[in-house]
Amino acid sequence: MTKKLEISAGQVPEIGPDQFALLEKLTNAIAVSGDEHEVRQIVLEEVKLLADDVQVDALGNVLVTKFGRGEGRVRVMLASHMDEIGLMIVQKNDDGQFEFERVGGIDERQLPGKAVLVGREHLPGVIGAKPIHMTTTSEREQKIEVSSLRIDLGPEIGDQVKPGDWATFATRFGILGPSIRAKALDDRLGVATLIELLKHAPENIDLLLAFTVQEEVGLRGARVAAYRFDPDMAIAVDSTPANDLPNWDSEVENARYNTKLDGGPAIYVMDGATIGDQRLVNLLTGVGDANAIPYQIRQPGSGGTDAGMIHQVRAGVPSVSVSVPSRYIHFAAGIARIDDWANTLKLLHTALSQVTPELLAVERRA
Amino acid sequence: MNDFLPFLKKMISAPGLSGFEGPVRKIIQEAWEPLTDELSVSKIGSLHGLKKGQGPEPRKRVLISTHMDAIGMMVTGIEEGLMRITQIGGIDHRILPGQSVIVHGREELPGQVVQPPAHLLPESAGSGPVKMDYLLVDVGLRPAEVVEKVRVGDLVSYAQEPLELTGEALAGHTLDNRASVAAATICLGELQNRLHDWDVWAVASVQEEETLGGAQTSPFEIRPDIAIVVDVCFAKGPGASDWRNLPFGGGVGLGWGPNIHPALYKAFEEKAKALEIPYNRDLMPKMSGTDAMAVQVVAEGIPTAVLGIPLRYMHTPVEMVSMKDVRRVGRLMAEFIADLKPDAMDKINWEE
Repeated sequence: MTKKLEISAGQVPEIGPDQFALLEKLTNAIAVSGDEHEVRQIVLEEVKLLADDVQVDALGNVLVTKFGRGEGRVRVMLASHMDEIGLMIVQKNDDGQFEFERVGGIDERQLPGKAVLVGREHLPGVIGAKPIHMTTTSEREQKIEVSSLRIDLGPEIGDQVKPGDWATFATRFGILGPSIRAKALDDRLGVATLIELLKHAPENIDLLLAFTVQEEVGLRGARVAAYRFDPDMAIAVDSTPANDLPNWDSEVENARYNTKLDGGPAIYVMDGATIGDQRLVNLLTGVGDANAIPYQIRQPGSGGTDAGMIHQVRAGVPSVSVSVPSRYIHFAAGIARIDDWANTLKLLHTALSQVTPELLAVERRA
Repeated sequence: MNDFLPFLKKMISAPGLSGFEGPVRKIIQEAWEPLTDELSVSKIGSLHGLKKGQGPEPRKRVLISTHMDAIGMMVTGIEEGLMRITQIGGIDHRILPGQSVIVHGREELPGQVVQPPAHLLPESAGSGPVKMDYLLVDVGLRPAEVVEKVRVGDLVSYAQEPLELTGEALAGHTLDNRASVAAATICLGELQNRLHDWDVWAVASVQEEETLGGAQTSPFEIRPDIAIVVDVCFAKGPGASDWRNLPFGGGVGLGWGPNIHPALYKAFEEKAKALEIPYNRDLMPKMSGTDAMAVQVVAEGIPTAVLGIPLRYMHTPVEMVSMKDVRRVGRLMAEFIADLKPDAMDKINWEE
């Protein structure tokens, strides 16, 4: 397939069939932290005709540079992580069943009864559960421990799967009305966003895109990526939980929603790892207000993005995070709104187009 | 039809929850049409297929009872575009969070079961398994659209796609009991090339998972001389290793216990031995948990056998059977039926 090289700087990127196809490819790929190969290949293929420079660094980050034009260009780093939460096979038992460990923050209560794909070959398997007929009422009040679960690939799997192979949920990408449903929306939404921004790169800045590894196990890729880029400022583009579900007691309002679907891109003032640079927060909210792009402030609280590492690299990097809200992050499938993704792209593109050296010339006050 | 895998995959991809078996009945009807002489639907929805024997009239009748209904869920309420659910049949709530489902509203809506964060649940829910009362279903639509398309009472079915695993293993939902419907279909297929004296009544019964309604009623209408109930049985696997579990892919489960007529058990055992079809005795010291519980006591009572297909992870969306066992059950039944002489009932007695 030949790729049409589109130079459309300045034009605001939109979401259409090509963008859905890209996100489908990205979310169906398997790239558990430490094994980002599949997504890295997709990213390299997507960026190669668009970038001025592409590097794969020592940890496996993909570092893409797109130079702007003219004098006084700010070096702006955007980071999205390629890795996803998942599983690693750790032992094959005599009965042909595989024990596994979790990689990243996975609620063990969502593991039993799921289909998974194992290894580079995407071999199908299942995590079963004891038949309900053989459980007692008191047993059903206890969690099913991960240590009791196995991945079952059928009786003749032989040596096709080995300890060390990675696995993740077999969820396939789908569009549900106004929503996208897929695994690994955290953070393939970010990865796809960065690729779309590259296709429409603003010319007033040097755009430095870091497709990072190992975010889910400690923001490790972002650290070395930021060191290499040595940017003037950075934005982590991620996906954050929308806990906007009703409270069990319908009399009580859910005041701890983190973000809400249909609320637009979530701008971080503060999370568990970063206090957002107020100049950058103001840039984003100002652009949103001036252009009637919906946005929301992520409720300050725990959690973190690549910005948690980037802002502390070298002598410090003014940083902020912007996330596409998604329900059921770190579950087998998340649900995000197409509109929220489109508005995230729009907000970021519009804001980047307005970045000048003056933005950072004023002292940080918060 | 020689390869039954596509047929079975088609059946387990169709809904047909207990009491709402229409969609799967249609698929079975199509498959049985060329294999039977008469097809009819009972007053409560079971499918009856008659393949006439070649013996002199009046002919004896053998009933094959395989339930076609599936476990699933039903919408009990809608809040802010999300649905609350209850179960149809027995579902361990611990396997539901994150499951793909289809809500059968005014249109089919794909979605998933979701487990709300702890702070939205009563404190008693703790960090343990979340009860079904607190789980929700999200179909990705905005609240106004959900209210338009979904009502209380709508069905929710598992949406896990069938997976072909190694060693002829098939995984997916509702293999309990569509695997047995496939075995009955294999049996009907084998009988196409065989002479058999008896009339064969194949029944895809309804409501086994809730009321045994099909198994209570079809034998009354058909009045068989003997009945063969085919259902899945427990296979050894993770978390299931005691005497109740038979080897996976290890052959036919031959039910043994009060629901089963010992002479029929013996006849099947001898047949399996003669044909070298692997089998294991499936101990059912109390009730069998199958259609046999009802069939055996219909009208004056019916001598009943239970054949089982060993299945892992029963009532989860990733149930697993070996196609080898499915074929074995189909073949054993066909051989048994082809051998039934007009006077075969003389041997189904209590003279031990």
